[in-house]
Order: sequence, then structure tokens, then C-alpha cells
Amino acid sequence: MNFILSIIVSSLAVVILVLIPWIGVGALDLKVIFGVLVPYAAMATFFVGIVVRVIDWGRSPVPFRIPTTAGQQWSFPWIKSSPIDNPKGTLGVVVRMIFEVLLFRSLFRNTRLEYRRASDGTPSVNYEWEKWLWLAALVFHYSFFVIFLRHFRFFMEPVPGFVKLLESLDGFMQMGVLPLNGFGLPGVYLTDMLLMLAVTYLFLRRLYVSQTRYISLPADYFPLFLILGLGFTGILMRYFIRVDITAVKQLAVGLFKFNPTVPDGIGVIFYIHLFLISALIAYFPFSKLMHFAGIFLSPTRNLSNNSRFKRHINPWNYPVKVHTYEEYEDDFREAMVEAGIPVEKES
Amino acid sequence: MYDGGKIIAGLIIGIGLLMSPFFYNAGKAAKAPERVLTEKAKQAKECILDKAQMTASHFKLLDEWRHTVVRDGQRYYKRADGKVLYKSLQVTCMDCHSNKANFCDQCHNYMAVTPYCWDCHIAPEEKK
Amino acid sequence: MAKVTTPKPKELSNIEHSPPLMKGWMNTPAEIRPGIYCYASKPKNLEVLGMPYPKEWNPEDDDWKLPENWKEIIEKGFKDRLDRFRSFKLFMDICVRCGACADKCHFFIGSGDPKNMPVLRAELIRSVYRKKFTKGGKIFGKFAGARELTEDVLKEWWYYLYQCTECRRCSVFCPYGIDTAEVTIIGRELTNLLGLNIDWIAAPAANCFRTGNHLGIQPHAYKDMLDFFVDEIEDVTGVRVDYSLNRKGAEILFVTPSGDVFADPGTYTAMGYLMLFHYLQSQGLDITWSTYASEGGNFGYFTSHETAKRLNAKMYAEAKRLGVKYIIGGECGHMWRVLNQYMDTFNGPADFLEEPVSPITGTKFENAKSTKMIHLVEFTADLIKHNKLKLDPSRNDHLKVTLHDSCNTARGMGFLEEPRYVINSVCNNFYEMPPNTIREQTFCCGSGAGLNAGEDMELRMRGGLPRANAVRHVNEKYGVNMLACICAIDRAALPTLMDYWVPEVQVTGVHEMVANALVLEGEKERTTDLRGNPLAGMEEEEDV
Repeated sequence: MNFILSIIVSSLAVVILVLIPWIGVGALDLKVIFGVLVPYAAMATFFVGIVVRVIDWGRSPVPFRIPTTAGQQWSFPWIKSSPIDNPKGTLGVVVRMIFEVLLFRSLFRNTRLEYRRASDGTPSVNYEWEKWLWLAALVFHYSFFVIFLRHFRFFMEPVPGFVKLLESLDGFMQMGVLPLNGFGLPGVYLTDMLLMLAVTYLFLRRLYVSQTRYISLPADYFPLFLILGLGFTGILMRYFIRVDITAVKQLAVGLFKFNPTVPDGIGVIFYIHLFLISALIAYFPFSKLMHFAGIFLSPTRNLSNNSRFKRHINPWNYPVKVHTYEEYEDDFREAMVEAGIPVEKES
Repeated sequence: MYDGGKIIAGLIIGIGLLMSPFFYNAGKAAKAPERVLTEKAKQAKECILDKAQMTASHFKLLDEWRHTVVRDGQRYYKRADGKVLYKSLQVTCMDCHSNKANFCDQCHNYMAVTPYCWDCHIAPEEKK
Repeated sequence: MAKVTTPKPKELSNIEHSPPLMKGWMNTPAEIRPGIYCYASKPKNLEVLGMPYPKEWNPEDDDWKLPENWKEIIEKGFKDRLDRFRSFKLFMDICVRCGACADKCHFFIGSGDPKNMPVLRAELIRSVYRKKFTKGGKIFGKFAGARELTEDVLKEWWYYLYQCTECRRCSVFCPYGIDTAEVTIIGRELTNLLGLNIDWIAAPAANCFRTGNHLGIQPHAYKDMLDFFVDEIEDVTGVRVDYSLNRKGAEILFVTPSGDVFADPGTYTAMGYLMLFHYLQSQGLDITWSTYASEGGNFGYFTSHETAKRLNAKMYAEAKRLGVKYIIGGECGHMWRVLNQYMDTFNGPADFLEEPVSPITGTKFENAKSTKMIHLVEFTADLIKHNKLKLDPSRNDHLKVTLHDSCNTARGMGFLEEPRYVINSVCNNFYEMPPNTIREQTFCCGSGAGLNAGEDMELRMRGGLPRANAVRHVNEKYGVNMLACICAIDRAALPTLMDYWVPEVQVTGVHEMVANALVLEGEKERTTDLRGNPLAGMEEEEDV
């Protein structure tokens, strides 16, 4: 499968996901299905799916200590060790994991190969500065996270203080001045723009970098397109095709109180947005998006490099056939004796 | 299961945070606001634009009014049907909707929206 | 088999790093090319280890003589390993194909073959995993990146699993720590279920098992070599050093890769060990070599975890038989990955040994208190720190040295400063290669994990290109003429690599330089180093 086909397939899938609620609510008025049943089913799939998947990972042991040591080991007091990149104990591991999870430390190391060949054929291999992937990934994940938290104003009544704080920080740029009267009302959020930019970058990068273009599967484009669709419908709803958001909140809070209601006055655009997020979270446990949980379990990152001073047990360790010294001496006794190498038995 | 304690604890924390809206709302009244119309508003039967538009986009209209009045000095708004209205939050809007607490604030609080109307305008004194 | 010629450096450097635009990798079967692959495992070598399905076969043939139920065997083996290794299961599930690893692999840099991108090497296996073990893969097939296991796929696995040196460089850059070495190790276990190994792994593994070392050197020949070194040392220094072999009651057992004993330039490193041990004798060092445990390197590790354990078992067994207190290991790469990350779990607890304490300095090696095995470079660094060695670094003044961090000690241990400390103490001209090519980002020699054969020379020269490129950089900038390393595979592989890419540079072990600088009691004035090369300032006397 080439990249064009992959993109067609995955974008088609997203188009279908948009059409389903559009027809379902717009034409057939199935508001209860799309406003209540689908989100419940999606949330159930999400939570159960994650738990099942993580427990399945947990059922396989970690037989050996295989941390990737990215720094100096702990040895002599006079040699400075790298307690984070080569942790000797739990504290170092915790810090290393925090750096990985919150700051994408490993990705920060990224470089770009610059291969040149002089006219006489002499090759030169160089590594150039390349932090864009790291930056886009960080911006994408944090924007998504902030946007998710901002949505808590729809999920929680009364709205907690941290959501209000987040909103005021995120929306500190006041738009709607000349010459763009009315543009960006209500207030524009930084994270909305950053998310769309970052996802677009991540998509274009997949296409532009020949290597990622080659390795990308439809399963790589699909979540990007889904998230783009999610962001796009959200922006449409906020600025262009507005709906009665108090009604939306009633619906959302109803869901979270297990007391679902489907108020009138909510446009189809909302149901499309809701369906896309439902699709995303239902897809989550079966996809690469599980890296979110997987990173915490990664044995090359979450183990300390202490296997020389702390004993670890492999739960499925089993006895193996070895070539014993006795067998060895039986093979070579004569030669050993002749060469004056000590033996256990003289003959 | 191996490292079960740590994994289950991690799952409980992670899933628990993601499910926090369920826990947060549980047992709370979480009553949706009901727009209260004054007698005058009820009698007027119509607003500047139709009800759905006013609900979803009133701030856009107000912003437009603000710009055109303050910057261009245009004090009159000609509606699509030809009716001419005086552009004023305090004089026109609040004439009918004099119940700011029940009409404006209720929903704004519900949605955690903090409009900056009242940074400049003086909120009308409410009749109890 | 036809003689394979390796392209000249200037042709070989014509490398295209952009994969084909329109043709996807799943539709491109592997073309098994001479110069890249290693010869197939010979049946007799698999038989020694009792590995399944030994047979004569040729990778270039269509028929690989697979057992009839080979798919079942793979599927079952796959399932077993998913159940045994969380790493494997997780790494099958969480890759997002961000591509951060893609241009980090020395084989991709040197070959441009897209299936040498770590992500794609793993995808070769992941695609089958999805088809067999995930719902999405079963339902959506290719659209979910899943494909059937066919003979072509199996051949592709074999071809690319034996083009990975398990160096873990990609895992440093992966945001989830996905370690291709882990995927390769387990993938190779799967190929071994069908008797599909390469002979450059199978033969050394069989030799290690039976004779104790990978070259199959029998005990008396081993002793001959050590005796030969004693003579050589006497020629250079005038001192006749003493050593012991298989001696019961010694305090310490010394285990080193047999490459040090049998192949230049490792032999000079072995002479270095002998001289150091002799020097320390008077200060109370009581150490013995062993012919039974005469291989530090573990070729089983390139076959399967089980074979690794079988070969590794000899070290503790010999330590127990001889009644030593602890073990010192020589300069070796993957040997130390196994010792650091696996040994205690494989074959411990070593409760018959004692926590290592240097008999000379009294330093307790707390970081080795469970395995009871320390690295000779650690041991030496501690001696130097405590001023226990009389050193004349000027005797290495004819060398301008750089250090190649071995992948395994760097990324499977974090053994970075100790060798630098020792080198800086025994020589005056040390220059680092660029930061992207050393320490945790070090580049593989291109011949590790059992790929150091003759028939895959093109692959080795390609894989070694990034390392050679960095060496050339310091060669041109500082005039570096000596590449130091602490790995026997490096000492075997890098000279060929240097000849090919940077012919001015030679290769040495760290203890060879230690021995050059070490002032032995009663020695004559040295005019040459251990290799017989004149020392700086002695060139003229040599000419006479």
C-alpha cells in the first residue's frame, strides 16, 4: 500500500464518520442514539478497553532488567554518574519517567541525518539540529490536554476554578478588533490554534519526510484526520455554526450523572463533533494511541540499572542443559594433562 | 499478573482522573438554568433577531453594535425587515431584560463565561 | 558459492536514503543479496546445541527446507514469547511510527535499505503480530498494517533480523523506549525454532558450548597461546611474566573473550592483561585464567535467551569449582551486556562467591555486590585512582587516541567514564569523536551480534560507515591514528573497517595501552610498544 492509498482510505473513513451522525441526526433525528447511546458505548469501550489491554500487558512478566542506559552508571564515588539517564534506584526511575512522560526527553534527543557525498565519492555523515518533531509533539499533546480540560466546563456543574483559570490563561488574547470586527468572538484560545497547527504539521511531516511517508500506515493518518475533524467541527461550532451551549451542557452533565436528557436546540454540528470524539475514544484501546498507557510500562525506561547489585528473579526461569566441567574434562583430559593444566581426575 | 500492585494503582489513578466528571457531578443538583423573561419581555414577543440566533450569537450582535457605535457613531440598527432599533445595551436590551441576574448571569455562570460588558457598562439596579 | 566482491568505498558511498515513492514495503519481498547475508547455519553446529531442525540449506535457494508445520511452530513460538516478555508485547502494540529512529540506525545510514530503519525492521514482525493476535488486524488486514505470514515474509524476517547488531541506538531516541534489539533477539529466537540461524553464530555458539570458547580452541592450544604471549612480552620488556590456568584456590577468576587470545590486535590486549596481573602479583593479586570458561563473549545471546543462559552458566560453574571469591571480566561488549543485565537472573544467585573487594586498594565494588563480577577496566581505574600503578604515559606518545564506546557497554550498562579515565591516565593524546557518535549515542562497529563474518563484508562496511566517518573526522582534525575500544568484536571488526574507510587508523584495546605505559619491575628500557612499533623518540634506534 502506498501513501496515497493510505491517505485516501483513512480520510474516507473520517468522512464516513462525519456522515453517519449528519444523516443520523440531521435526516433521521436519532438524537437519543447519537446523543446518549453512542457516547456511553464509546466511553465504556474506552475504559474497559484500556483496562483490559493494560492488564494484558501486565500478565506478561519482565524477566530481565533491560533499561536503556543513556548515561554513566553508578560506580565509584569519584565518577559522576547520571542518576536520571542511568538510574540506580526508584527515585531516578521516577524522575526519568516524569521527564519522558511530561517532556518527551528521548524525542528531544532527535537529530536529522545529513548524508553528503563529495565529488570524489567520499561520504560524510552528519547530524543536524532537529527539534521540530519534539516541539510539534509536545505542543500537540499539551494543547489536546488543555482543550480536554477546558471542556470540563461542559462536564461539571458548578464549573471548578481550575477550568476558569485555564480558560482565562488560554484565552488571554482578545481578538475582535478592527479590521476584523466580530472575528474571534467569543474569545480565541491559543490551544485551539496550536492544536490545529501541530496536527497539520505532524501530517505534513509524515508526507514530506520520505522515510515516514514510507512507514506510515492508514492507522497513522486516521487518528490525525480524526483529530483534525474534531478540531475543525469544534471551531465551526464555536465561531460559525453556533449551537445553544447551555443545552449542550445539559446533555453532557446528564450523561455524567447517568441521567441523560436530550434537550432541543442543539444543531447537527454538535452531534458530528460528539460522534467524532466517541469514535476516537472507542478506537483508542485498539490502536497505537495506547502509547499513552504503554509508556509507563516500557521496560527500557522504567527499570533501574541495578542488576549487578540487586538480584532479580525471572518468574519463568527454567533449568537448561549445560556442558559441565566434567564433560569438558572428559573430552580433553589427555591434552590437558600433557600441557600441564590441572585436572580433577588424572585419567 | 506481574507488578500487579503498581499497574492496578496506575490504572485506578489514570482511569479515575479521566472519569472525574462522573464523580464530580454525582449527588450534585447541577440544575440547568432557566431563562427568566420579565413581563415586558414576554409582552414584546420578539427580540432583535430570532430566539435561536439570540441565544447562540447575541454577543456577536452586541460586539458589532459596540464597534459601530463607538468607532463610527452609527447609533441606529436597521433590521432585515426594515425595523430600526437604537443600538444600546443599557437602553434597548436591558429595557426588556432588566433582570440581569436571572437573564444574563445565570447562563453565563453555568457556562463559566465572563463577558466584559460590565467592565464599562453599569449594571442596572434590579427591582426585587 | 560464487566469490562475493565488496564494492570499493567510493562506489559503496553512493547511498540513497529516500525509500521508493509509490511502492509500499509490504509488496516488496526481500531480495537476498550476496555480500549482505551471512551463510546459513550448518547442521552439525545446531546439533551440538540440540537446536531444532538442523539441515543443509542455502538462503539464496527457493526451498528453505522448512518443516511442514512451520507456521504453527512460529505462531506458537510467537505466542509463548508474548506471554514471557512484556517488552515484546508492548513493543508490538505502542509504536506510533514517528520515525525518530529511522535515520539513527547505522545499517540504514550505510545501506539506505528502508527495511533497515528500526521501525520497519520491527514492522516486519508487527505486521504478522497484527494479523495473528489483534482484532483490528484480523478484520481490516492491510489497512490495519497486518499481513499473513508467508514464506516470503519469513525470508524477509531472516534477512533483516540478521542485519541488526542489537546495538540499541534506536532505543535511545524512541519516545517510548522501544528497543529493536529486543525485537531482534526475540525474532531470531523464532527463526531458530525452524533451524534458520547463520553459521557465524551457530558455529561459535557450538564451540563455546563444547570447548569453552568461540573459536573452538582446545585447552592445550589455549595454554600455548598464553605461553607465546609470555615470550613476546619478554622480548619487549625483558620481564618474564607469570600466569596460572585452571588453578583452584585462586582468589579471582578472570574471564575474557577468547578473541583476545587468538586474534590480532586483541592479542596485544591479552598481553596487557598478563602484564597487569603480573605487576600486581607482588601487591597481592591472586588470579587465574580458565580454559573451561575461556569465553566471555556469549554467542548464545545472538541465538536465544536460552542459549545465552546455557553458555553463560560456565562462568559461575567454573568460579564455584575453582573456589574463587569473585570474577573479573575482560574487555568485551555484549559479554558485559549479558553480565550486567542477565547473568544474575540467568544463573544466580552467586551465593558461593563474595562481594568483590580489590585486594590491592581495598575498594569494595558495591555496584557488583550481587553478580560478584567486575569489569577489568573498573578494576584498573580504581588502581590508577589509588596510585597503585607506576605508569609512563609518554610510552604511548606515538599514538593519538580516540575511544569507540561499545554499544553494549554504553547502552546496556553505562560504562562510559571508566575507560576514558584509564585512557587519559596512560596516554597523553586523547581526542573525542563528535558527541552524536559517542557515549550513549555511540555507533556500532557494524559487525556485532554475530555478523562479523567474511561473506557479509559489504554489509559490515556499510554498517560501519557512520563509525568510520566519525573516526575520519578526528583523524583529519587531530591526526588520530589509534582507535581504542573495550570490546573483542570491535577489535576483530574495526581493523577491517578502518582499512576500508580510514586506512591510517589502527585499533587497540585499552589494556594494551595500559601495558605500554606500565613500568614493570626489572624491565629493560623499552624501545617499542607491544606490537613492535617504535616508541616516540625511539624511531632512529629502531632503524639501526
